[in-house]
This record gives sequence, C-alpha cells and structure tokens, in this order.
Amino acid sequence: MSQTNALFTYTLRLADDLLILSHRLGEWCGHGPVLEEDIALTNRALDHIGEARNLLTYAGELEGKGRTEDDLAFLRPERQFLNTKLVEQPNGDYAHTIVRSFLFDAYHLPLAEALLKSSDAQLAAIAGKAVKEAQYHLRHSSDWLIRFGDGTEESHQRAQAALDNLWTFTGDLFTQDEVHQAMVKAGVAPDLAKIKAAFDATVDTVLSEATLNRPTDGFMASGGRQGKHGEQLGFILAEMQYLQRAYPGATW
Amino acid sequence: MSNNPNNWPLWEIFIQSKRGLEHKHVGSLHAADPQMAIENARDVYTRRQEGQSIWVVPAEAISASQPDDAAMLFDPADDKTYRHPTFYTMPEGAKYI
Repeated sequence: MSQTNALFTYTLRLADDLLILSHRLGEWCGHGPVLEEDIALTNRALDHIGEARNLLTYAGELEGKGRTEDDLAFLRPERQFLNTKLVEQPNGDYAHTIVRSFLFDAYHLPLAEALLKSSDAQLAAIAGKAVKEAQYHLRHSSDWLIRFGDGTEESHQRAQAALDNLWTFTGDLFTQDEVHQAMVKAGVAPDLAKIKAAFDATVDTVLSEATLNRPTDGFMASGGRQGKHGEQLGFILAEMQYLQRAYPGATW
Repeated sequence: MSNNPNNWPLWEIFIQSKRGLEHKHVGSLHAADPQMAIENARDVYTRRQEGQSIWVVPAEAISASQPDDAAMLFDPADDKTYRHPTFYTMPEGAKYI
C-alpha cells in the first residue's frame, strides 16, 4: 500500500468515526430526555459532522478521483466504512448513549491533541479546531456518567450495564494494523499506546468518581477499521443514504 | 431520571456578550445544579457566539416587584423630566452609555 493510500485510509477512519457517531446522536433530536439535553446532543452531533466534513473533503483530495465529502458520505457501501464498531452501537437508554460518547471522547481528545503535532499539515489543522470541541464533549459525557453512577440505585445499575455492554468495543480503538503503523512511521498518526494511556487515566478517574467498576478486558470486538461491521451499520446507512440513492445528485 | 423536567429547579440565565459589558438576562432553563445549568446554558444560549461569560441564578432566589404595584412604583417618575440627563451632548463614539 502506497503512502497516499495509507493516508487516505487513515483519514477515512478518522472521518467515519465522527460521521457515524453524529448520525447516532442526531437520532436523539426531538427525543432528548429534557429540552436542554436534546440541544446539547444535537450540538455535539453538529461538532462531529463539522469535523467529519473536513476530513472527508481532505480524504477526497488525497484519493484524487474527484470524490467530494458528499460522495464519500452518501455513496459508499457498508464495507467501505472504516469506523470503529463502538460508534455504530444503538442509542439504547440514555446511559448507553452517554457511555458510548464517554468512551469515544476519552479516546478522541488525546487523539486530537496528538494530531496537533502530525507531520500532515491538514490533519493537524483539522485537529486544531477539534481539540476545543473534544474538551467540552468529554466534560459533558463525564459529568453525566458521574451523575448516573453516583446517582440513584437505578441510574447506577443502568450506567454499569451500559459500560459492561460497550466495553468490548473499546479494544479496537487501539489496534494498530499495517496502515496505522505506516502512519506512525511517517509521523502522521500517534502511537496508539500513548492514546491508550491517556484513555485509561481518564476512564479510571471518572469511573472512580462515578463509583462504577471498570469492566475487565475480555473478548474485544474488532473489524470495523477493515470495513467489517455489525448489522447496525446497514440500518444507519439505509437511513442516511436513502435520499442520495433514491434521487442521485439531489440538492436543496 | 424523572420524565418530568419540572422536578429540576429553574435557573435564570445571564450572558455577557463582550468583555466590559453587562450580563444580560436571556431566558431560563431547568437543571439539577449550577454546573449543569452552566453547561445547559452554554448549549441553549451561546450556540451562535452570543457570549463569552455565563451567570446562572436560581430562579427562586429572585424577588420581583408585583405587577399591581406598578402604578405606585413607576408612574410618579412620569412628570420629572428634569431627572433625565437630556441637557448634555453625547460625546461622539460613546456607544454604551
């Protein structure tokens, strides 16, 4: 795989995490538990979409086949999406939504901070904008996780259940395959062992304040980065891509 | 979490749009505590760059004048135009007086 190909793939991985998570959070629009949270979640969704758009546009340029951000978002089949499986997991109850975002945020913030120093100027510039947003996202999801964990008996149980359910999807965040190793070598991407250390520190601090137990690492789901997804992603894409598939080139 | 957001206390939100200006009342929202009120206010009231500082005040901490007292409180000022500083010319460029 050439360097440009690896960079294209790496950029898509970054973009797809954000695109798919933003779609999941967008599903809460109009259904939030309270008005203020409804707006907070859709705000986050918009932050993620904003970053995804920049990354997809850049990926299109890297590929050099004239594909736009919209082509990449709306016309790629499931097997070409390279998001980690964590972000495609269904919203579930609010504890699941919060835990999914918390686990992603605890990974996304140190990643964005590390990408500031990327040898790739474009990725570094995109990370520059993302860092501030990611700081707020992590604060928002941590606050809620602490409220749930250290809240009532029911909220504690639901938070722990969500954590236990979603933990299996955290391993893939830190898997370094050939593509990633090439990017680390080129100074584009950080060594994920460092990101994992920051992730572990955040998770341990927040979980201890939330009086929740960190699940033990058992079976860890993988494959998302190679385009192998659960059935959930198909449903997301069916909804997300319907309009462009039914009315190609439609604009408004 | 209760389905009824009214179980959370009401907070009045004040946003400062620029350094040096006053915090202006922009509305109210529900939140469980001051921290949550600030975060909610950030999301509800500063999405379009409206502010750079937020104050939140428990609505129950605010005492208000009674509408019935309006005549007694405010009408007597009607005929006292000499209290208005209309005899000064405003310096050019003084926007926030």
